[in-house]
Amino acid sequence: MTIATSTELICFLVLSVVVVAGALGVVLLSNIVYSAFLLGGVFMAVAGLYLLLNASFVAAAQVMIYVGAINVLILFAIMLVNKREDLKAIANLTTRRIVSGGVCLGLLALLVRVVVTTPWSLPGPAAVGEEATARIGEHLFTDYLLPFELASVLLLMAMIGAIVLARRDVLAADVVTGEAADQGLIEKARTPLLLERRSS
Amino acid sequence: MNDLLSTIPSLQAYLLVAAMLFCIGVWGLINSRNAVRVLMSIELMLNGVNINLMAFSSYVDGDLIRGQVFAVFVITVAAAEAAVGLAILLSLYRNRVTVDMEQFNLLRW
Repeated sequence: MTIATSTELICFLVLSVVVVAGALGVVLLSNIVYSAFLLGGVFMAVAGLYLLLNASFVAAAQVMIYVGAINVLILFAIMLVNKREDLKAIANLTTRRIVSGGVCLGLLALLVRVVVTTPWSLPGPAAVGEEATARIGEHLFTDYLLPFELASVLLLMAMIGAIVLARRDVLAADVVTGEAADQGLIEKARTPLLLERRSS
Repeated sequence: MNDLLSTIPSLQAYLLVAAMLFCIGVWGLINSRNAVRVLMSIELMLNGVNINLMAFSSYVDGDLIRGQVFAVFVITVAAAEAAVGLAILLSLYRNRVTVDMEQFNLLRW
């Protein structure tokens, strides 16, 4: 066992423990802010696993997009909706949790069985290693060009959709008739629309 | 034991970590009552899938690395999903003044 393989082994074990323990913390901790920061840790550890797999470009993308964008977005959402509220008790909560935990453990057992028993065709072709970034670029602009362009359209649609869904202010004038919109009426109608129906 | 340990960072080991991450995500998705935590669980599941793709691309498809390209696409879709999901959550919170998933039953009979 050379020093390179033992280093790889130690890195892999540490990163996997961080990933699994962090994920458990994300779903089990009661404070949502701790969950969000643990989620950032999980994303960083997953990026470390990608580095172990010789995928430096995807690791960098993971850090930039997941930790830099998605995690920050989640933190902003927590700050915007972070109201301390006592959740209404529901019946058989513990039973529900145990049953769903059993279902998830069953799914895990199924996946583990598939992973262990399937004869994977190993070893595959030699890995390209550091050349991976250039290969990804070639793929994106040759045989995966259509999904690449579709992804950019999807991002544009998601951006516009998020803006439309989350914005609150309305136009000062009606687009069709040009008359001034009654801001007070709109604001009144926009304050919690669905509150009264909650009790029914 | 030493032989077993020296083969551990293998395809199967990565797949096992990914399976655990995915199952934890599923459990959190079912059991979370805070809507933000549901979105976090979805991100965990997407990361589990991504680890799978990357492991296969490195060990089985080492010369073409198509799995890495797919992982990049999954990350893109995850970013779009997070943005739209959090926007929906914000407008839902504005109308319901709660983030409890049990209260979001507007489309349920």
